Amino acid sequence: MYPRSANCESNSSMPCEGRARRSSRQVARLALLFLACGSSAAAATFGPSPVPSLFSPDSTPAHDIYHLSLFVLAICLAIFIVVFSLIVYAVVKFRRRDQDDGHEPPQIYGSNQVELAWTVIPILIVVVLFLAAARVIHAIEDATFPPDAIEVTATGHQFWWEFQYPAYGFVTANELHAPIDKPMHITLLSADTDHSFWVPQLAGKTDLIPNRRNEMWIEPHALGHYVGQCAQYCGIQHAKMLLNVMVDSQADFQKWVQDQEAPAVTSEQVAAGRKVFEANACMNCHTIAGTPLANGRFGPDLTHLMSRTTIAAGAAPNTEENLTLWIKGPDAIKPGCLMPAMQLDDQDVKSLVAYLMSLH
Amino acid sequence: MAEAQPIVPPLVITPEREGSRPIVQVLHDWIVTVDHKRLGIMYFCYGILALVIGGIEASIMRAQLAVANNHLVSPETFNQMFTMHGTTMIFFAAMPIVFGIANYLTPLMIGARDMAFPRLNAWGFWMTALGGIILYFSFVGGFGLYGAGSAPDVGWFAYAPLTSPAFSVGHSTDYWTIGLLISGFGSIATGLNIMTTVLCMRGPGMKLGRMPMLVWLNSVMAFLVLVAIGPLTAAQLMLLIDRYLGGHFFDTQAGGSAVIWMHFFWIFGHPEVYILVLPAFGILSEVIPVFSRKPIFGYNIMVAATIAIGFISLSVWAHHMFTVGMTSYANAFFVASTAAIAVPTGIKIFNWIGTMWGGKITFTTPMLFSVAAVAQMLIAGLTGIMLASAPFDWQLGNSYFVIAHFHYVILGVIVFGVFAASYYWYPKVTGRMMSETLGKCHFWLFLIGFHVTFDFMHVPGLLGMPRRIYTYEASRGWEGWNLIVSIGVIFQALGVLFWVFNVLKSYFKGKIAGNDPWDAWTLEWSTTSPPPDYNYAELPVVRSRRPLWDLKHPEDPDWKYE
Repeated sequence: MYPRSANCESNSSMPCEGRARRSSRQVARLALLFLACGSSAAAATFGPSPVPSLFSPDSTPAHDIYHLSLFVLAICLAIFIVVFSLIVYAVVKFRRRDQDDGHEPPQIYGSNQVELAWTVIPILIVVVLFLAAARVIHAIEDATFPPDAIEVTATGHQFWWEFQYPAYGFVTANELHAPIDKPMHITLLSADTDHSFWVPQLAGKTDLIPNRRNEMWIEPHALGHYVGQCAQYCGIQHAKMLLNVMVDSQADFQKWVQDQEAPAVTSEQVAAGRKVFEANACMNCHTIAGTPLANGRFGPDLTHLMSRTTIAAGAAPNTEENLTLWIKGPDAIKPGCLMPAMQLDDQDVKSLVAYLMSLH
Repeated sequence: MAEAQPIVPPLVITPEREGSRPIVQVLHDWIVTVDHKRLGIMYFCYGILALVIGGIEASIMRAQLAVANNHLVSPETFNQMFTMHGTTMIFFAAMPIVFGIANYLTPLMIGARDMAFPRLNAWGFWMTALGGIILYFSFVGGFGLYGAGSAPDVGWFAYAPLTSPAFSVGHSTDYWTIGLLISGFGSIATGLNIMTTVLCMRGPGMKLGRMPMLVWLNSVMAFLVLVAIGPLTAAQLMLLIDRYLGGHFFDTQAGGSAVIWMHFFWIFGHPEVYILVLPAFGILSEVIPVFSRKPIFGYNIMVAATIAIGFISLSVWAHHMFTVGMTSYANAFFVASTAAIAVPTGIKIFNWIGTMWGGKITFTTPMLFSVAAVAQMLIAGLTGIMLASAPFDWQLGNSYFVIAHFHYVILGVIVFGVFAASYYWYPKVTGRMMSETLGKCHFWLFLIGFHVTFDFMHVPGLLGMPRRIYTYEASRGWEGWNLIVSIGVIFQALGVLFWVFNVLKSYFKGKIAGNDPWDAWTLEWSTTSPPPDYNYAELPVVRSRRPLWDLKHPEDPDWKYE
């Protein structure tokens, strides 16, 4: 469904088409932005990018922040030009010349008028900046939602994401699906340490804190795969706690929901793998809905594992060899993660992977 | 009193250097000393040692991040490096250095013979030193030297519940907690001492309104130390109770609060930024007038702005917490208070420009560092304004943009200020000048390195790169920027090498300085270089803010205008 991400995330030695071009486009956009940041940009969509730039927002709250940021940048740029010019002018104009007469310059102790000017003007600027910020704070934090907004509960774990869709009654992990042009209200919880949900193109970050219920929302306006990651240090593998958000059309989203709601179907061909799963510790931590034994909650829900493009919270593409590698020794992909090496023999690993790959 | 005779003319003899005495005795003298000048030097050298160690830790991080998917160090080591780097630089480099400068100069500048509590002063230094040793013992403690021992890996602000026994097994967090707790006692002692010295030990005629700017800024710094270190100490004690006595202050698994730790930490942590930057502002306010040949522009306003910064800085802490889900009212309050602090800071920048305006500026090394620091404070302040805008911070917070912003303050202003101070007061401390040629090499290398590293560091933040990640994927588009950032480190390191070489070489070979090599105006330049143990044979009498100007220009003294 999203082949580009799998290509790009596989490993560094693999050439990744389009990366260089996209990256230079980002730079050009940044440069343009600094030049033209006074003008108010139209609410065009930028489309999903593997580079999660703050300046290509595709969701209502991210857009609000983007416009505020252009305004703040413009003011800061103006202040910078004025004050920096004053510094340069003073340094060049008032340097001691070679033909200096050796006398001390006139001793000036200060001027109340000048002091008043450079106190009052900054105060006015600060008031303007405050009002602009307060408006956006109110628009985002105090937003109300239509009754058909999608509800999701995101729970941060060391080092992966759990997504519950309470209205539909299923749980998934690491890849959030959202319908286009519809608000999605996300309740943020944590199972262990602090985390932070950050997909820059969709919204600013909000922390997931144990014993605390936070919330945020997105309303994406373009289809595709948005990337982000945990933005609050949460332990050894904080770096590989990546976030993937798939924005689907209404129809695709409904289809995805139907697929996720269905319990896992196990064919007889992978019965051996299922037996390995249920006879080992796998079932203590992972749920596979529709099977009576596997209902652990410590690790990600695997009911529809193969509907996801990556494993280990985005650390590796979801392929047969990566699943094998992961089961044999997770440290090869994500050193320090909480999944143990399962110490299974090759035959068991093979049948287990076959079973997992049947979980569509 | 003010009509009494002017300052006693300086002595002409330079005291002899030690050297003929046995080394053990010399060492013994330094260890048992209660002299503010020696303690100042010890604080400074201790801070520089920590600065070099913290710099090495930063270099390891930059090497790891220079390219995507790097495997140079393990995630454990990387996490230990950023924790130790932050903790070292704030608590064991920056604070000892500013305390050192305050200790050395405060009594000299106000015409006193020592600090108010010399023994407390020594105690404070040794507590700080002990704290650092305990922190660094973590590298060999616990599991020995393998990897990085059990160095703490919870980040320098050590958010709960990562520090609770469930998530931080072993003793690594304890080294961090106890190290900071003990050095915190030392800091409180020194803050108290500076405060008391300024209030009670000023020489004849040295009214509060005649004190040099550096003394004013140091006394506000000392006030902030007294107010701000307390919450940190309390939080460390609560954490120890959690970890060893079954407390649940921050233990979220037993109903504790992770957010309370953040409040405790940042109500210390934000004033801490001003604890460090105010002395740097003070240095700029001494160096810029002397090399512009004009008095500081708007002395009264500068003092008022300093006090305003001190108070406002106590009300801005939760701008570090815009993303924790505070109400819109709380967020709006902290936007307002944080933006408000830009006003007095802006006043300072304008007054420094006003001081240079119409002067005759000589670009000695200390002046070069000072001018660069003013320009860099401008940029750091503006990125601060961006971060103060809470919605913008929801994007920028905890990204590399924030890292670039606060390194602009800490390196661009504080370290540049410290380098300026080192060139400016080195002649007073050692009796010899530092080499201007080497100094300028140092300045340009460090300036280039600083800008290559920290200008470009803003960009990956804007492109969505969070802090504290040991690696990243090539597809994110952060790689080239990170490589440039890492290359800048080489220039900075070279610059610092030039400085160290200059300090050592000038100690033996530098030009003899005399009492007043810069033709300066504050009291410390009226005594010998280095000053005698008792500072002043006869306490100088002060009639204006620039006592040496009055002495050099009896026909047109300052006190006529103040």
